[in-house]
Amino acid sequence: MSERAIAIPRGLPRFSARPRIGAIAKHIVLIVVALIVAYPFYFMVTSSFKDTLEAIRTPPTLFPNELHPENYTDAWSRAPWGRYFVNTIFVSVSVTILELITACLAAYAFARMKFRGKGILFTIFLATLMIPGEATLIPKYVLMSPSKVACAGLPCLGWFDTYQVQIVPFIASAFSIFLMRQFFLSIPNELADAARIDGAGHLRFLWSIVLPLSIPALITAGLITFLGSWNAFQWPLIVTSKPDFRPVQVGLSAFRQEAGSSYHLLMAASTFVVAPIVLLFLVAQRYLVQGIARTGIRG
Amino acid sequence: MIPTNVRASPRRRLPIEAIQAWLFLLPAVVILGVFQIFPAIAAFYMSLFKWDVVQGAFRGLGNYTDWLYDNAIRSPDFWRSLSTTFTYVIFTVPLEIAIALVLAYLLFQKMRGRGIYRTVYYLPYVTSFVAAAAVFFWVFHPTYGLVNDVIGVFGIGPQRWLDEPSGIFEIAASAFGVTLPTWLAGPSLALVVISLVTIWHYLGYQIVIFLAGLSNISQEFYEAARLDGANERQIFTKITLPLLSPTTFFVFTVASIGVLRSFDSVYVLTNGFGGPLDTTRTVTLLVFKTAFQQAQFGLGAALAFILTLIILLFTLIQFRILGRRVNYG
Repeated sequence: MSERAIAIPRGLPRFSARPRIGAIAKHIVLIVVALIVAYPFYFMVTSSFKDTLEAIRTPPTLFPNELHPENYTDAWSRAPWGRYFVNTIFVSVSVTILELITACLAAYAFARMKFRGKGILFTIFLATLMIPGEATLIPKYVLMSPSKVACAGLPCLGWFDTYQVQIVPFIASAFSIFLMRQFFLSIPNELADAARIDGAGHLRFLWSIVLPLSIPALITAGLITFLGSWNAFQWPLIVTSKPDFRPVQVGLSAFRQEAGSSYHLLMAASTFVVAPIVLLFLVAQRYLVQGIARTGIRG
Repeated sequence: MIPTNVRASPRRRLPIEAIQAWLFLLPAVVILGVFQIFPAIAAFYMSLFKWDVVQGAFRGLGNYTDWLYDNAIRSPDFWRSLSTTFTYVIFTVPLEIAIALVLAYLLFQKMRGRGIYRTVYYLPYVTSFVAAAAVFFWVFHPTYGLVNDVIGVFGIGPQRWLDEPSGIFEIAASAFGVTLPTWLAGPSLALVVISLVTIWHYLGYQIVIFLAGLSNISQEFYEAARLDGANERQIFTKITLPLLSPTTFFVFTVASIGVLRSFDSVYVLTNGFGGPLDTTRTVTLLVFKTAFQQAQFGLGAALAFILTLIILLFTLIQFRILGRRVNYG
């Protein structure tokens, strides 16, 4: 002990090989896992630029011998991708915006207003988080069906093959309400008092003071909603049957059958379906990760 | 002749704020009511009827007993799918948690490239299972797949992966000329592939949760341990693991519930059939088949309700135990 205590002031830091080897070993573990995790993406993108034969060569070539960017236009022309993308973008953006509006209004009421039945209503909202989607799937499907016969005893909306069937059921989520409420609670009361003295009502205070302060929380909640909507598969699969309203995920699933042995085209299509959400994630990673760390939601 | 005091008497003030609050809540209440709460109640109602597209006779608990023991076709299907579902959980969750925990522990220390690692691990989580399946189909292809090339390097013969109904232990044992009894065969190789893809998908998510848990552990514990001369292994097993136990438990239940209710992963990797030889047909796939391919809504609703009860049980256990805070063990 005492020897070391004397050695340090002499200037040179003690140089030990052990931590270095440890650090290198750590990096090796992290790199190996990163390569395994990233390989499917690498494989997808490189295969999308190969020709028919090279795409199915075994073992796969690490890099295309010749770049074939025309695979993308080829894949694009084989299915109504433009339509699929318009559908998905319209649905995802609508769901995200409308859901944020309902969430902010409800969260504000829970966080900053006094009314009877608040506790009970809050508990009921909390309970909806525990209802798994599977439990409600069949009645929700029946609710959307077109004919009164199909849902004797239950009301019918007749929404198969529409946009609203993919939007309306998802524009309120207890999860987003809780996330926003948590954030609204942290806004100091003094601000509310000052706003009231200045004659601002609740809506005015929410719009011009609370919301601008809550932008990080809004981005987080919005991203989680958008991600879920962009990747939605099971629900649109059962309530849409025409390309006119089908989203990209269902379109890609159908394209897997159509593409058959044209594997390079399937990889090109997968790449352009995945690319927008990956780019969005790279830009806004911080907010998404924060939201997940804070709430523990698992899509 | 109106007495003046009537006018002057303080009128009961309208609870303006309460009305406004309910107006604020109205959209959420309507949507959650119509598309969450009402369907949950309706599901139970439907499960009590014979209901094949149109409502039929009242059956009481008949749909439930059909699944549990009464029907010679339904109930073997049910027990098989339940066992497949739990096998899927067992072969996914512990491995997923172990890998995520180790990686989070490594990433938690200050090091170069931490952000890049995290981004890479996280990418699969934002990728849909549909796109992932298109790629993994090829990576695990019996003829063209890279995985067969890789295991070939280690002297293992090519496998049929997603087309392979035989159990993984059965395959491993037969390589040594041993024949295992059927109950020891293990999950089909196809289900193992689905587990691996599921782990790939959720790994980054689990890492994020573990990193949040690690940052909640006070540095003082580590400093005290170092002063007492603890080595890194002791610090990990005696400090990090016990203090991280609430997080680990949370991740364990959330991941288990996630796998119990997962649909996309199994559906897209088996093209919707739960094959080969039904070895990957989970309860959610059986619900889907019953309700949307056979149009048996009543039976499907009953099955979904049974799954819901199992999931609620997991949730309640989570609340109970986390409420008590698993900690020093």
